[in-house]
Amino acid sequence: MLITVVDQQGQAHQVETQDGTASNLMELIADANINIRAECAGGCVCATCHVYIEESALPLLPPPAEDEECTLDLAYHVRANSRLACQIPVTNLPAGINVVIAPDWQ
Amino acid sequence: MAITETDAVIIGAGPCGLFAVFELGMLNAQCHLIDILDKPGGQCAELYPDKPIYDIPAIPSLTGKELTDNLLEQTAPFNPVFHLNTRADALEAMDDGRWKLTTSTGDEFITRAVVIAAGGGSFNPRKLPLAEAGRYVDGKGLSYAVRDAQAFSGKRVVIAGGGDSAVDWAVALTGRAAHVTLVHRRSEFRAAPATLAKLQSLMEAGQIDVQVGTILALHGEDHLQSVELNTPAGAIQLPCDELLAFYGLVASLEEVSSFGLTMRNGRVAVDTSNFETSLPGVYAIGDITDYPGKLKLILSGFHEAALMAHHAIQRIHPQARNTFQHSTTAMQLRLGKEKTTC
Repeated sequence: MLITVVDQQGQAHQVETQDGTASNLMELIADANINIRAECAGGCVCATCHVYIEESALPLLPPPAEDEECTLDLAYHVRANSRLACQIPVTNLPAGINVVIAPDWQ
Repeated sequence: MAITETDAVIIGAGPCGLFAVFELGMLNAQCHLIDILDKPGGQCAELYPDKPIYDIPAIPSLTGKELTDNLLEQTAPFNPVFHLNTRADALEAMDDGRWKLTTSTGDEFITRAVVIAAGGGSFNPRKLPLAEAGRYVDGKGLSYAVRDAQAFSGKRVVIAGGGDSAVDWAVALTGRAAHVTLVHRRSEFRAAPATLAKLQSLMEAGQIDVQVGTILALHGEDHLQSVELNTPAGAIQLPCDELLAFYGLVASLEEVSSFGLTMRNGRVAVDTSNFETSLPGVYAIGDITDYPGKLKLILSGFHEAALMAHHAIQRIHPQARNTFQHSTTAMQLRLGKEKTTC
């Protein structure tokens, strides 16, 4: 099953979701050697794995927990379709969705 | 501008830095700790004080704050000296083999052992990612921290963010400032319940405005004059003399990178038999290190602190016999407790 990941330079990558050992979208992106900062390594405390999920796929994902919302408060370019990639289990990823990594910032 | 001579200087007062105090203390070394944050505990205290940690041996579960408090209690007998709100800026080799470490406060530390336990690096406030933001810092209307609350007296203040810092300062500056607007991407805030209740009552009394939205642009010639927001109702301009932006902290390895250490994958390379870096007498432990098989676990950092201490003590007290002591005996002596009978 493939998804599309658009990196911070705007380049699209096709990523296979079933092959690897990644448990969440952040690990999946990192394992595909696509740059995603993910400073806290999945602890939901840093907001540096911020991604935009294709709008139509949002209802298909488990909604963000309050913890994720609070950490997203630390991000800047937050939109209605913002999520933290580390909080989205690979098993919940709908086939063919488009994920865009949010701009990095210091 | 004080000059301090001490056995060891530890950069970073997170869990590994604190445990390094214990390990060095057991070997009779006196430690000073430097940390850029305003409290000890590092990431555990700053990023996840209330989140449970499950992988500390023999402690099934405790929070980041509890871990920090326990470590402070454990290291207290060794009288560590903390230098908080302080950044380690420069490291210089002295002719006698010792090191001189200079801090952001201009203080100097002369020591035989420097221990870098700086985790992900030094924490700094996240900056607004707007091209014009740089024009308004340094007293021209944009700040990332409050140094002097007086500076906001009579000003129209906009505070951006939804966490403790944003809410605390919105409440604290109300009354002092001419007007306070809290800008956040959603209407929920995360802060202590008492502060949230205060915010609610100030909102109801019309003393604080809460505006849902995000900052699009800053305007003003020599000084900030207004903030342009993207809100659910479209773009709006808010008149503003002072903008306080609180988007949390981000870790930077800039200072450590300038020390001239050999790096590995962007982290500090170490000899895993003693956790010495490429500079003799400069050690690194915890998340800031990289070596084959490295795991970023607190327990790994504790192990690294022990090996570091047993090597560093040979530099600190070259004449002393480095005998291995079980803590049961050594701590009884130190804490003055009765020896248990078998």
